[in-house]
Amino acid sequence: MSGGLEVVRAGALTTVQDEGRSGWAHLGVPRAGALDGPARRLANRLVGNAPDAAVLETTLTGCAVRVTGARPVLAVVGGAGCRVTVDGRPVAWGAPVRVPVGAVLEAGPAVHGVRGYLAFAGGLVPEPVLGSRSADLLSGLGPPVLREGDVLPLGRPGGAPCTDTVPWPGAPAELVMPLHAGPRDDWFTDAALRTLTTAVYRVSERSNRIGLRTEGPALRRARESELPSEGMVLGAVQVPPDGMPVVFLNDHPTTGGYPVVGVVAEAALAGAAQAVPGTPVRFVRA
Amino acid sequence: MSGIRVLEAGPRALLVELASGVDTEAFHAELLRRRAAGELPGVREIVPGARTVLLDGVEDRTLAGRLRTWTVPPLSRGAGEAVEIPVVYDGPDLADVAEAWGVAVDEVPRIHARTEFRVAFCGFAPGFGYLTGLPGHLSVPRRATPRTRVPAGALALAGPYTGVYPRPSPGGWQLIGRMPEPEALWDPDREPAALLGPGARVRFVAAGAGG
Repeated sequence: MSGGLEVVRAGALTTVQDEGRSGWAHLGVPRAGALDGPARRLANRLVGNAPDAAVLETTLTGCAVRVTGARPVLAVVGGAGCRVTVDGRPVAWGAPVRVPVGAVLEAGPAVHGVRGYLAFAGGLVPEPVLGSRSADLLSGLGPPVLREGDVLPLGRPGGAPCTDTVPWPGAPAELVMPLHAGPRDDWFTDAALRTLTTAVYRVSERSNRIGLRTEGPALRRARESELPSEGMVLGAVQVPPDGMPVVFLNDHPTTGGYPVVGVVAEAALAGAAQAVPGTPVRFVRA
Repeated sequence: MSGIRVLEAGPRALLVELASGVDTEAFHAELLRRRAAGELPGVREIVPGARTVLLDGVEDRTLAGRLRTWTVPPLSRGAGEAVEIPVVYDGPDLADVAEAWGVAVDEVPRIHARTEFRVAFCGFAPGFGYLTGLPGHLSVPRRATPRTRVPAGALALAGPYTGVYPRPSPGGWQLIGRMPEPEALWDPDREPAALLGPGARVRFVAAGAGG
């Protein structure tokens, strides 16, 4: 450990996230990890971290942290677009900035997108749980959701920061989700399957790290019996009794009892992490 | 093994569906055997369910075809030590379960404690196992109205399953008792983290009177 951060403004929901924990689904442990993986990796690269170093993931309202260690810290704010300041003075978004000891780095409310990523040289190093420093909101594993006054340890800076100008993907105006049918598409009527790939759904404001909930025409089932609980994958589109598709994100339960009509390819899920409520969603055949 | 179906769950996962819960446990055991023998490379997660086993992070798409041809030995009961879990049978739904079973209330603990259980699969929360072992005619429905808070350690029944809640949560299962030390169920700093992993044999031991 070589320094730390003090949480000055926690924001609506700010968590520590890395790549998540894999290999524990059979015990009911979700994968967790940053919802926008490409943004996390890019943020880490810009401050010279390994791609899997732990970062902060903010939700809509940003957050603010004070550098408490003995040395200035190289930091970057990326992901959702927002105003970035150091001690109230505007600095670049999406590019590394040096934050002096005692200064406050603030990521403002998102002006587009949902999830902001704050990476710090050395990475955040709270105690790992089952090999990961990610907070898992479904089962409460990993570091707790940030609160004002929390102190977060930072690791020792390692690699050289990337100094190139790099493009950040923007928040999607429309979310296009390539969908692999199955494993339970046969539990739905043909009309429902046509609806799923032709209708426009919208991102519900009830979305969270567990799932991207959508609103649109309800999908009718061809079979009304109860599905015995079965394993669920990241990106699974589960359809609960109200007929509204839910795309499972990183904190999803590892088993579930509602049929999965299709699976969204993992590469499309970073867009889901940044889609604001109301964003149109199109499921297209993969 | 008859009646095996292999379904695709996206580009990286296969869902193997079996004809019965016992077949599912046997297939899961066979998967673990083959993985331990190094015969199942490129599979990241093996997640058993009630009638399925999910293989996630599958790198080799030809695996689906091979799974269908497997010869799976029947599940060997009685292998390994059973985990013994001390419980107090004093749950608020004992009378409802007794009625569903058509027995006297004090018969419920006796029947439950002499049953040998097995963890069919996990889920719902880390450390929560779905335990099978009670005969089919002792299945019980979920409660019509789920409780908003079930305490950690609650010993509960639903459908063909028995489970113990590792931490407080909402729940619709019928509560027949409690485990006085539920923290033993799940400890991520311990190896293994879960007391009840899939395949484990389990016995409940009545520990003292209700109180």
